Amino acid sequence: MSQPFRTEKGGRINRTEQLTFTFDGEELQGHQGDTLASALLANGVHLVGRSFKYHRPRGIVTSGSEEPNALVGIYRHGDQTPNLRATQVELYQGLEAISQNRFPSLGFDVGAVNDLLSPLFPAGFYYKTFMWPKAFWDRVYEPVIRAAAGLGKPPKTPDQDTYGNIYAHCDVLIAGSGPAGLAAALAASETGAKVILCDEQSEFGGSLLSEVSASIDGKDPSEWIAETINKLEQMDNVTLLPRTTAFGYFAHNYLALAERVTEHLPNPDPKLPRERLWQVRAKEVVIASGAIERPMIFPENDRPGIMLAEAGRTYLNRYGVKVGHKVLVAAACDTAWQTAFDLADHGVEVAGIVDLRETPPENLMAIAKARGIRVEAGCMVTGTLGRKRVKAALLGRMMTSGNVASGGQISCDALLMSGGWTPTVSLYSQSRGKVVWDSDKGAYIPGASVQRERSAGASKGLYGLQEVLEDGYAAGEEAAKAAIGKSAKVSYATATGGEAGTGGTLGALPHDRNASRVKAFVDYQNDVTAKDVKLAVREGMQSIEHIKRYTTTGMATDQGRLSNMNALQIASDSLDRPVTDVGLTTFRLPYTPTTFGLFAGVARGDYFDPVRKTPSHDWVVENGGVFEDVGQWKRTWYFPKNGEDMHAAVARECKTVRESVGLFDASTLGKIEVVGPDAAEFLERLYTNPWKKLAPGRCRYGLLLNDAGFITDDGVIGRLAEDRFHVTTTTGGAPSVFATMEDYLQTEWPELDVWITSTTEQYAVAALQGPKARDVLAPFMEGVDLSADALPHMSVKEATFCGVPCRLFRISFTGELGFEINVSRRHGKMMWETLAKEIEKFGGTAYGTESMHVLRAEKGYIIVGQDTDGTVTPQDAGMSWAIGKKKADFVGKRGLDRPDLVADNRKQFVGLLTKDPKVKLEEGAQITTAENPAIGTPADGHVTSSYFSPALDRSIALAIVKNGHALEGKTLYVPMPDGSIPVEVTGPVFYDKEGARLNV
Amino acid sequence: MLLVYCPYCKVERAETEFSCRGEAHIARPSDPSQTSDEDWVHYLYMRSNTKGIYAERWRHIHGCGRFFNAVRDTVSDNFLKFYKAGEPMPDLEALAKEAGK
Repeated sequence: MSQPFRTEKGGRINRTEQLTFTFDGEELQGHQGDTLASALLANGVHLVGRSFKYHRPRGIVTSGSEEPNALVGIYRHGDQTPNLRATQVELYQGLEAISQNRFPSLGFDVGAVNDLLSPLFPAGFYYKTFMWPKAFWDRVYEPVIRAAAGLGKPPKTPDQDTYGNIYAHCDVLIAGSGPAGLAAALAASETGAKVILCDEQSEFGGSLLSEVSASIDGKDPSEWIAETINKLEQMDNVTLLPRTTAFGYFAHNYLALAERVTEHLPNPDPKLPRERLWQVRAKEVVIASGAIERPMIFPENDRPGIMLAEAGRTYLNRYGVKVGHKVLVAAACDTAWQTAFDLADHGVEVAGIVDLRETPPENLMAIAKARGIRVEAGCMVTGTLGRKRVKAALLGRMMTSGNVASGGQISCDALLMSGGWTPTVSLYSQSRGKVVWDSDKGAYIPGASVQRERSAGASKGLYGLQEVLEDGYAAGEEAAKAAIGKSAKVSYATATGGEAGTGGTLGALPHDRNASRVKAFVDYQNDVTAKDVKLAVREGMQSIEHIKRYTTTGMATDQGRLSNMNALQIASDSLDRPVTDVGLTTFRLPYTPTTFGLFAGVARGDYFDPVRKTPSHDWVVENGGVFEDVGQWKRTWYFPKNGEDMHAAVARECKTVRESVGLFDASTLGKIEVVGPDAAEFLERLYTNPWKKLAPGRCRYGLLLNDAGFITDDGVIGRLAEDRFHVTTTTGGAPSVFATMEDYLQTEWPELDVWITSTTEQYAVAALQGPKARDVLAPFMEGVDLSADALPHMSVKEATFCGVPCRLFRISFTGELGFEINVSRRHGKMMWETLAKEIEKFGGTAYGTESMHVLRAEKGYIIVGQDTDGTVTPQDAGMSWAIGKKKADFVGKRGLDRPDLVADNRKQFVGLLTKDPKVKLEEGAQITTAENPAIGTPADGHVTSSYFSPALDRSIALAIVKNGHALEGKTLYVPMPDGSIPVEVTGPVFYDKEGARLNV
Repeated sequence: MLLVYCPYCKVERAETEFSCRGEAHIARPSDPSQTSDEDWVHYLYMRSNTKGIYAERWRHIHGCGRFFNAVRDTVSDNFLKFYKAGEPMPDLEALAKEAGK
């Protein structure tokens, strides 16, 4: 038989369907219905991985999503997904799995030397050891640590899968489909409430899937599950989501669910996503997340073959797998005994039941006796033998003195343990609820509800099947009533058997071994031992939050569901304070590891961020232009010709603009239409400049401050009519200016009759700049006289361009004769291509943002956000002329009078010329008065813009410098690594200071 | 993700449709020129940053675009009231009492 640990009969697997899979290349068999973990166990494979720090051989511990050890890589589409829990991976034909964190092989791992060196790696080892020399961190420590530690390796190729996203609303969301969840679904759905029932497993039923000794309404649990699911499936108001983990509980009953859609299929439909993110807004939530068993903390409790008792029972009853041929059960509670009985009933040799309690319940003792099972009461496991699989357990016996005496040794090939049960309160904790300590149950259980939710069943510490069912029905009824105000009569199913057990233990078990030499693991995944937790306390950690971070206990992929309670108890014992005083860490989302793909959804590649293109985009692509990203916009940076580099292209573009004509796509500039009887009054209050006397047909440069007095935006504003303004803003500032306008209009000045509309995307804008601009434009314009007298600098006119309506601005950001033509966006391409062709006749060129920057810097025009940084006033920028002196108020006016804003020593906007005209300064470089300032000297300012100016044939720079306006002609220094660069302070205008070229 | 009610659209929508704009009822002084430096700085920068019941401004930015106010418990994130811009600040203590705080 190829699966030596498969039972003869039983379980929910399909024995007629044999599946072949590989683990580290070895071909193995399993059945439909297996998980990778159950199939490996059926083949006798317990060793599945190496531990994180010590590289100790590790085996499967659990049967659920809290699995700490059995993390595997699964190949799909030619690459592997790392760190999947074998207990959750459903088997399919041809599945390829690999183990992790071993080299060269799982059986022989050189990293295991760490285990022998473990006295060198106590808790806090990294903090203590790799402090210095600092330079070693990047080059030595980190690469070595990264190579040696860690779990799976990240995939090497882009994710081939797709991920879906769905929004859903429901009256009642039920997380978990064990007996409580199913009962809640039956009760809630009967009222007509819209119900979503989700469960992380492939099948509904939770703990009932491995229950064989109890019955519900006289039926086998599996039969009751089938009937219940069948009934729920028939109801239109119920959505059933198997393989769906509720991984996040957010504010206002918003929950995130991860549905694994195709991962379990050998050949999924390529149209289907791998996973689907459900974003659910639930009126009411029932948390039926159950409870998980606690490991026992004894020395060498991490050998392959050592598992949780309930996992052993699940593998047996649900998957038809015997975890060993000779199984020892170590427990402190009743439930583990049932596992021993079930194993015995399947003919598995039970090596014994070792119970920590002096007097286990008599009824259990009687059953054990009837089956001939050896019972050791008042005993505990004090150690284990076997490297790659447990071979034997050392026993200890509690003496009246409180010491432990050796109790001999029992051989076994599997050891099942149970320290009792821990309610799964993760979702409740995520909902911001505060757990409360229940000393009877020895567990933290949900306290008061903060959101509209209630826990049901084992997740609140109820364990008997009958009480769990009753609680589930009640929770479902209550949730539906709260959500839709309706009740319905539901007959409760009655359970027989499945009684709640007693007992349980927390923390490390006593033993007779040398405490400094043995390892009893608290957190398997992070290799944290009881000794580490005690060490953390000795070194001064008092709060569990500090202990957690110092030792990394509870930081595993299960968020400490498996380890937290034991760690707490150990800390509590070490601190000699009650467990409730130590605190409990908050459970964070996600409940189980969640893929980045799920969060990204379709927001990948071209859909990651919207790309905004201007009308010239296609033409630019065809003509070899180079783009730069400005926010979401693609703007042309420069247009290289004949193999030019950027410097050469920009030099040519700038020269052409100054000598002939250049064409620039200015469509990205923000545009806002301000309309209404009070439009001028509105702008008067908002911008620094006066607007009321601006004649229709004229433009003015507008400066926008915040109420603190600092420059936030600028742009030319044209008045088209008494009641209509065309406002332009910076490219990046458009949304915030629009929001600011709305804010003042709606909340400060609601009495103003003004309407504002964003028109940024409604207009395509071409800027023609240069002495030949008028000649280029003239043939295409109708309804406008382009002469300097009729259309002077800073004017606007509505006309037509090639027969389509346009707004023609005569404005300039280059210092040359300039026009900006605004046409409806759909005519933008036509306009651009028409002008691009026409400028060729004049030897003109298209130019990009880099040349635009150079040309404006030659003229000393600021760019808000580059030459200003949110602390620059109009006076600082040398723009006092933009302030309407007679205005009683505008946004920022009062702010400008604040003492700090009128004080001396403010940083002011100036030009800088390097003494050596060939040296171009670095933007952002610091400026000092001393040539070689001592380290720690504060800078007097910094370079905000720096270019090589083709018009001046030398470098130029703009800067903000303390008292800059008074320093004109003085020498300052820009200290750089290769030496200090002397610079002369100048005015910010380098070219055509009189502005003669503008007014032609 | 919070659920926010727009008192203009009269609908409850996900937080992603809205933007929060900080504390409500910070009025711009009606005559800035007569406002002392201290008062102006207070208007600009000082906010109560309440832990508990707090009136704040919201804008239905991806909806009607209107600004409105809401009273939120900053500890639980529960909203206690939504009201239109220009309406007076509700009695926060009474709202807190009503919510059982």
